[in-house]
Amino acid sequence: MATGVLRRAIAGVRVSSSPASKFVPLRALASEAEAQQVEPKARASTDLKTFSIYRWNPDKPSKPELQEYKIDLKECGPMVLDALIKIKNEIDPSLTFRRSCREGICGSCAMNIDGCNGLACLTKISSGPSTMITPLPHMYVIKDLVVDMTNFYNQYKSIEPWLKRKSPPPVPGKEILQSKKDRAKLDGMYECILCACCSTSCPSYWWNPESYLGPAALLHANRWIMDSRDEYTHERLESINDEYKLYRCHTILNCARACPKGLNPGKQIQNIKKLEIGSGA
Amino acid sequence: MAPSSGPRLSGMQKQVLSLYRGFLRAARSKSAEERHKIESIVSTEFRRNAKQVDRKNFIYIEYLLRRGKKQLDQLKNPDTISLSSFDVGLPQTKHTKR
Repeated sequence: MATGVLRRAIAGVRVSSSPASKFVPLRALASEAEAQQVEPKARASTDLKTFSIYRWNPDKPSKPELQEYKIDLKECGPMVLDALIKIKNEIDPSLTFRRSCREGICGSCAMNIDGCNGLACLTKISSGPSTMITPLPHMYVIKDLVVDMTNFYNQYKSIEPWLKRKSPPPVPGKEILQSKKDRAKLDGMYECILCACCSTSCPSYWWNPESYLGPAALLHANRWIMDSRDEYTHERLESINDEYKLYRCHTILNCARACPKGLNPGKQIQNIKKLEIGSGA
Repeated sequence: MAPSSGPRLSGMQKQVLSLYRGFLRAARSKSAEERHKIESIVSTEFRRNAKQVDRKNFIYIEYLLRRGKKQLDQLKNPDTISLSSFDVGLPQTKHTKR
């Protein structure tokens, strides 16, 4: 309520100040329009929305539960991460979640929002009366929205995501150059930030998280297979040519739907499968 | 040990015992003095949780198992020379030291 009063007061000041600036008619018009915009906002003083957030604390071991928080969207940024930070700052400092860049480049704040995996920092708060936020599905929870990514990272490590060469670089001590065309082959793969939204949305990955590499790791496998500078293409194809590691992908394509960066891991896996056939393995 | 001598163990109980055994094995690779310390810390931790944790609280026991496995992996690393623990109020936590 107090905030509404404050807003109205500011609007009042603006309206009263506009006649004072009559020497500059354009400016007066602009401020009047602004004042009109402020008015209806001030009338509906609050816009409460309920956030049901998954809570589990290992230090007080009990059943996990959904805790509800009411947030005034008028006082909050547009993204789900803004709401989470607001809750942590103002309502419940014990709420635990990972976040860092708040602009979709670090991949820390991956979580399940209203049943869809996504980055909290790139997901707008939906217009409905309530939103449910849970950790990434089928991952072990460490606390609240923080999940154990060990297996996911180990799988990424297992595809050896670095440049491997058999011959020395053409010019000793210099970079290995690549044509524009070869570089273009990496588009749609190098953008991956390993947020795990795709892997944890894949039913096949849910059932075989240990043996199936999952869309994220396979996308990166393809990124190195397709790299013109890498000379271990054949070995890379060999190492993932496995009934479980690669062929648990049944082209469900939940990965493409989930990816907050708009990539299509399913398509890249398809490319690996095609190359596997080509290599006659 | 003959399986007939004790009570039949559940899968989870076996996992806990194998984790405990893993810690004792890892302790053997450290110096004699540290080995003794590690064994005593590990055994207090296990005995305390055996007493305190509700045996039906599977979510928590599974969590402890995963945490224990991670700590064991750290302990197995040859660069890890000792294990220390400190009390932070209510829940006791363990920390591996490099």
